[in-house]
Amino acid sequence: MTKSTKILVIDDEQVIIDAVTKICSLENHQVDFALGVRSAIDKISQSYYSIIICDIMMPDGDGFQILDELRNRNVDSALIMMTGYSTVENAVNSLYQGAVDFIPKPFTVDELLSSIFRANKYQEIKKRQTDLSAQNNPSGFLYVSCPAKYLRLGYSSWMFQENDGSVLIGACDLFLKTIDSVRDIELLASEEEIVQGVSCAVIKSGDDRAHNILSPVSGRIIEVNHNLNLNTNMIEKDPYFEGWIYRVIPADIAYEIKTLVPYNSDRL
Amino acid sequence: MFKQIGFRLISVVALASLIIIGVFAYFNVKSQSSSFISEVERHANQLGETVVASTRFDMMLNQRDRIQKTINSIGKQPQIRDVRIMNKVGEIIYSSNPENINKMVDKRAESCYACHSEDQPLEQISITERTRIFKIHQDSNRVLGIITPIYNEQSCWQSDCHAHPENQKVLGVLDVSISLAEIDKAIIAREWEIVIFAVIAIISLGLLIAFFVRRWVSNPVHELLNATQQVGQGNLNCTIKYLGDNEIGMLGESFNNMTKKLSEARLQLFQSDKMASLGRLAAGVAHEINNPLTGVLTYSSFLLKRTKDNPEFQEDLKVIVRETLRSREIVKSLLDFARQSVPKKGVADINAIIDKAIAVIEKQLAIKKIKIIKLSENDLPKITVDANQMQQVFINLFVNASDAIGKEGGTIKVFTKQISLSPFGIAQIKKATCPKRHSLIDNEFKIDGLPALKVKVIGHGEENIVHLDPVYGKRRNQFYPGYKIDGDTKFACPECNNLLVQQDKTCPNCGAPVLSFEISGQGVYEVCSSEKSDWEKWDFVDSAGLKEYIEIKISDTGSGISKADLPKIFEPFFSTKGQKGTGLGLAVIWGIIDNHDGSINVESEEGKGTTFVIRLPLKQ
Repeated sequence: MTKSTKILVIDDEQVIIDAVTKICSLENHQVDFALGVRSAIDKISQSYYSIIICDIMMPDGDGFQILDELRNRNVDSALIMMTGYSTVENAVNSLYQGAVDFIPKPFTVDELLSSIFRANKYQEIKKRQTDLSAQNNPSGFLYVSCPAKYLRLGYSSWMFQENDGSVLIGACDLFLKTIDSVRDIELLASEEEIVQGVSCAVIKSGDDRAHNILSPVSGRIIEVNHNLNLNTNMIEKDPYFEGWIYRVIPADIAYEIKTLVPYNSDRL
Repeated sequence: MFKQIGFRLISVVALASLIIIGVFAYFNVKSQSSSFISEVERHANQLGETVVASTRFDMMLNQRDRIQKTINSIGKQPQIRDVRIMNKVGEIIYSSNPENINKMVDKRAESCYACHSEDQPLEQISITERTRIFKIHQDSNRVLGIITPIYNEQSCWQSDCHAHPENQKVLGVLDVSISLAEIDKAIIAREWEIVIFAVIAIISLGLLIAFFVRRWVSNPVHELLNATQQVGQGNLNCTIKYLGDNEIGMLGESFNNMTKKLSEARLQLFQSDKMASLGRLAAGVAHEINNPLTGVLTYSSFLLKRTKDNPEFQEDLKVIVRETLRSREIVKSLLDFARQSVPKKGVADINAIIDKAIAVIEKQLAIKKIKIIKLSENDLPKITVDANQMQQVFINLFVNASDAIGKEGGTIKVFTKQISLSPFGIAQIKKATCPKRHSLIDNEFKIDGLPALKVKVIGHGEENIVHLDPVYGKRRNQFYPGYKIDGDTKFACPECNNLLVQQDKTCPNCGAPVLSFEISGQGVYEVCSSEKSDWEKWDFVDSAGLKEYIEIKISDTGSGISKADLPKIFEPFFSTKGQKGTGLGLAVIWGIIDNHDGSINVESEEGKGTTFVIRLPLKQ
């Protein structure tokens, strides 16, 4: 149903590689694997992979080394981090360093597939964007970047601190563009706690996939934008203003803000 | 033995009584013997007068034989050694000892000396002057001699014999010598009596003092010494039995109090340590489990996708996926526990949180016939806590209480109130700087888990770093070996060498220089630089007065916790519920309270119930 993508799976456990391979084969992707950081770097240097799924903790190094390697070689592979050691720090750090997604182990087939789907879409959009820029076509922006004073977590979500100290959070336009079409949004209730780097809302797409939005900050929800439930298009139409998701009292914004990317940075 | 306080006290008392009784005995013996002697003197004098009187008539008649006979018969009495009459030139005329008759006595002899010591003989002398005590020779008994002068009378010169001229005043002397052997024996016997009395008195006094010193001083001091040694060896559970209502008893009580506080503090410290290592362990375990779990979850959910048209498989696979997802949640909660991430605090009403927790568990308790009573101070101020975590704390405590109560039914009581505790010994210095705004907090060096204050000490050609306790009032300062201060010692910021000593200010206790630290936004913290003094001052905190806490007491009428289990209940994996519990409940509670800078303590009596006391600071 989708076109085949070259995927590299890096993990020190064979069972994970087998599982990922099997899952990817459901959607006809070509899967290659590496059992450690060093052999992974060898593979990357030999051929191009559109998507790399990488474990953070391996005996001969960590996933961040792969990120560094990609950056050094100027390779634009989309990297999905996965780990059993799912700390908030790991998640946030992965996204800050340039990973496109973070999935905590153990994951279900659907979780992995929707992540791969988004990574694929992301690569497509990026490629078309570069093509457009190369053609010097300024009107051809495919997605809207964050407004000024907004901060974002990877390309997943944004936050904006208002004058009263409360924080608005929402999904980034690029994230929404990687989703087929928004069919439904599952929101948390007011008064619930959210944690930075952990899923805070689930978007159900037209093709029946579930996409987790990772929260950009930790805090307590004080207001939920219920308009999104009534009019799901809102989030796609105006993701940065009318399409906000929650208003939050942040728990430790001074610390968390350091792990977010400023609006004007195109680095992903 | 000689250094023992009891021995020293007894020695001093014995020495004092020895001196007092000795002096008393000496004077007693002396006065006794002199009264004995004067008795004998009186007796001898009377005897002399009697002899003179009884021979007077014979002398008048010049009946010399009769006089001699009278003297002989008197001289035969056992105590009388000699009776003799001398004329004025010293010739012995009569004597009970016949050999001495007609012998001359030298005027310088002891019997004559009393009167003839002057050139002109005395005619009238007192009784004491007429008495003498002497020894015939070195080894003989003492002898008391008394002379009675025989005066000339009218009848003497008018008598027929005309033996004495009229102008003579003293015709001669009667000399009676009485042996003092018996008296001396009596005196010695008396001396012995007194010595024996003195010895018995000193010994019994010593024993009496020894008994009470042992009872009131030595034994309690021993007990205290033993206990301090036990504590020194790390046994903080040792308590001192009741030592009476005196100062030592009070010392014992305050010692018990101190060890109790100490063991509580150690428990808390131990607990944080254990939590940290458990956190690492749990994180490691979770990581290891997550990988195989990924295999199970992906393969089963993969199969679930592949067998969409086979309802029989679907049902079973759904169970596998569901249970694996449950395992994922369990591992996640284990990781959450291990991490015990910074609590997500917000302003909340503690009573409302408790009410919420009660609402969650009320039905369950009603089935078990357990009544829950909440007695709270109204309008408690709101407090900054993680409401969810606190609710978890209360629910866990209520569940524990209901488990302890069992099937019989009972009551759980919850009390909340506001209390004030002194900041001394609690407040922590988190930001300290030198005058040039260099941080003096050493994150590399921790005292009781908290980053210490650092100060460079320059003196004796050396530079050293001293670490000070960041908790105001605790003073567990870390000085290097050989730390010593004198007039030349300088205390400086390790980065810019700016001095940290306040000029013209010295410690009111010991006079040593006072170090001062600027605490950003919280005034100045001052501390004595000597390792011996414990003077410190933080006006900002002191002026803020007592620190406010909210105290929550939860007591149940359950089975209680045994003394042996009590110190272990906050340990992870310690459970008295057997297979039913994980042993993590109270450990999690402890961690949550610790993260809120609060404290949790437990008191319990087996068979009567358990009370948990939680204190949360009102301002963080």
